[in-house]
Amino acid sequence: MNASVPIKHTQAESDLFERYESARETLAGSVAVSALREAAVDQLRDRGLPHRRVEEYKYSDLRAFMKAAAPLAAAAELSRVQAILEDQDLFGGLERYRIVIANGSYLPTLSDVDALATEGVTVTNLNDALSGEHGAQLLAPPKSGQNDGVVALNTAFVQGGVIVDVAEGAAVSRPVELVQVAASSGAQATRIKVRAGTGASLHLLETFIGDTADGEVNSVFDYDIADKAHLAATRLIVGNCDSARLLTTIATIGAEAEFRSLGFMAGPKFARNQQFINFVGENSEAKIYGVTMVGRDDLADQTLIVDHAVPHCNSREFFKTVLDGRAKGVYQGRINVAQHAQKSDGEMMTQALLLSEEAEMANKPELEIFADDVICAHGATSGQIDEDLLFYLRARGIPEAEAKTLLVLAFLSEAIEEYGEDDVTEGLEARVRDWLASH
Amino acid sequence: MLEIKNLHARIAEDETEILRGVNLTVNSGEVHAIMGPNGSGKSTLSYVLAGKDDYEITEGEVLFNGENMLDMDPDERAAAGMFLAFQYPIEIPGVATMEFLKTAMNAQRKARGEDSLSIPDFMKRVKAAANHLNVSMDMLKRPLNVGFSGGEKKRAEILQMSLLEPKLCVLDETDSGLDIDALRIVSDGVNKLRSPERAMVVITHYQRLLDHIVPDVVHVLSKGRIVKTGDKDLALELEKNGYADYVDAAA
Repeated sequence: MNASVPIKHTQAESDLFERYESARETLAGSVAVSALREAAVDQLRDRGLPHRRVEEYKYSDLRAFMKAAAPLAAAAELSRVQAILEDQDLFGGLERYRIVIANGSYLPTLSDVDALATEGVTVTNLNDALSGEHGAQLLAPPKSGQNDGVVALNTAFVQGGVIVDVAEGAAVSRPVELVQVAASSGAQATRIKVRAGTGASLHLLETFIGDTADGEVNSVFDYDIADKAHLAATRLIVGNCDSARLLTTIATIGAEAEFRSLGFMAGPKFARNQQFINFVGENSEAKIYGVTMVGRDDLADQTLIVDHAVPHCNSREFFKTVLDGRAKGVYQGRINVAQHAQKSDGEMMTQALLLSEEAEMANKPELEIFADDVICAHGATSGQIDEDLLFYLRARGIPEAEAKTLLVLAFLSEAIEEYGEDDVTEGLEARVRDWLASH
Repeated sequence: MLEIKNLHARIAEDETEILRGVNLTVNSGEVHAIMGPNGSGKSTLSYVLAGKDDYEITEGEVLFNGENMLDMDPDERAAAGMFLAFQYPIEIPGVATMEFLKTAMNAQRKARGEDSLSIPDFMKRVKAAANHLNVSMDMLKRPLNVGFSGGEKKRAEILQMSLLEPKLCVLDETDSGLDIDALRIVSDGVNKLRSPERAMVVITHYQRLLDHIVPDVVHVLSKGRIVKTGDKDLALELEKNGYADYVDAAA
């Protein structure tokens, strides 16, 4: 009706159009890729940044949050990247391989390319592929989020990234850390494609480090999980930063395969971790976990859509949020079960622990079921620290702050431990303690 | 060791007065039993001593080794040597029992200016105490009190008591929910801790427990006051005649 009425653009939106105009010549891709970028910018021009009147962004108004948009970050200085990698090691002594992306571009010289090759893992520069014949396919939007505003923003500006191919049957012996470094100011947009071959197994660590004060970080992770493959993705969205962190997962799961993910958030002013998960083969399993700590007047959003498009798949969604100050937490989870997807089993739970009177949590679990022979459940709880528990611990000599730490840790650990990647459990629990100590 | 003088306390939320002038002195080495009918204020007294802030003190004082205990936080009281064995020990999911024990012991040591226990020393102490109380290592691996039976919870309380080595032990209806065998194990555990440097206040509804933990002094609490004090024979008399005489006396 009034779709043709042009919207009045915000400062940030105007900045984004300017950013596009000045960067379009340098952004990689075939003619088809350029057309996708154009279309994404057009969508942004028509609809603006996602805002509260868009159902999926009702509680996380990106348009209101972004006051301005910085230009894209320029190419990183190698020595600066190395210094940041040394300074900000999020997994301490953990033995792992590393793939480094800095200021939006893949840096093969700092990545363990050769060692990964011996494990059956090939790393390709995304930009080379974007210019190739099938480049546009790499920017395909999620099936259940065709017009998602954050993904469109990514498509418009994607500067670089990697394609990670795990050979059929390869069981990668160490976790692979895909680390994105901000080595100077500016926005970053990256796209990561992971193709886990038949029967392959891999644990990915997805981290973001560096000095990222003024630009938004927008990264899309697109996983193709072939039959019988196992992929675990541990994503850390941590560190104080004043700009938006916008992360998207697209997972396509084959038959008899397993996908597990943990989205761990603590620190950013505005963070959204959204996941679009799609079963395309039978007898598979997805286990999706979220651990969120949010304080001050920050916002942390965990959103997911799980599509049971085929029969006989199980999904488990378990999210924990701790809120302090005047923070806002968001959980939106939807399980869709298609009409013929019989024997689907979905179990979704979101739990929030509010440490202050002024914090607020929006829990929105949804089930949309068209099949008649399924087991699906959802639940949501919000509460405060149980005073009786606290008193019991204090009566044993544990000071109040330490007792609270124990209880919060116990609350969040339930999800970390169920996720079950023992390699990272201790490190994550230490980060929970750090967050609590700084509050 | 413990001096309670004219203690008045009420429920903070609705201002119901529960304790109406309790006077009690417990010396080192003594075991006192406090008996009384339901609703007489026995549990309130134990919570007030431990520092639960559901209660408001309106009058009186409590001295613990000469120090004003009412000014101390619950954890400070514990570090100073106060221990309450809960009538209903709390289940704490996600907190491993061993981790809890280590944290509690070291927090108290830290508050007293002592060094943390080394891991082997800690393990040795836990194993020895667990052995005496028939607490299995399997129980200690579970989250604190989660899925424990009534008897297991009470044994876990006494285990904590023996590891924390308090100066004053307050046992709130430790016999409730125990069968005969469990009662014996728990009582043996408590008796082992009797010493000239330690005082105990045993709160109970029934005389049964006092066959196992024989008190030096028995008090009857009724309507928030101590209305009678005697030796261990007083408990036997109560068992025979009930509380009716004292309920009327307090009225």
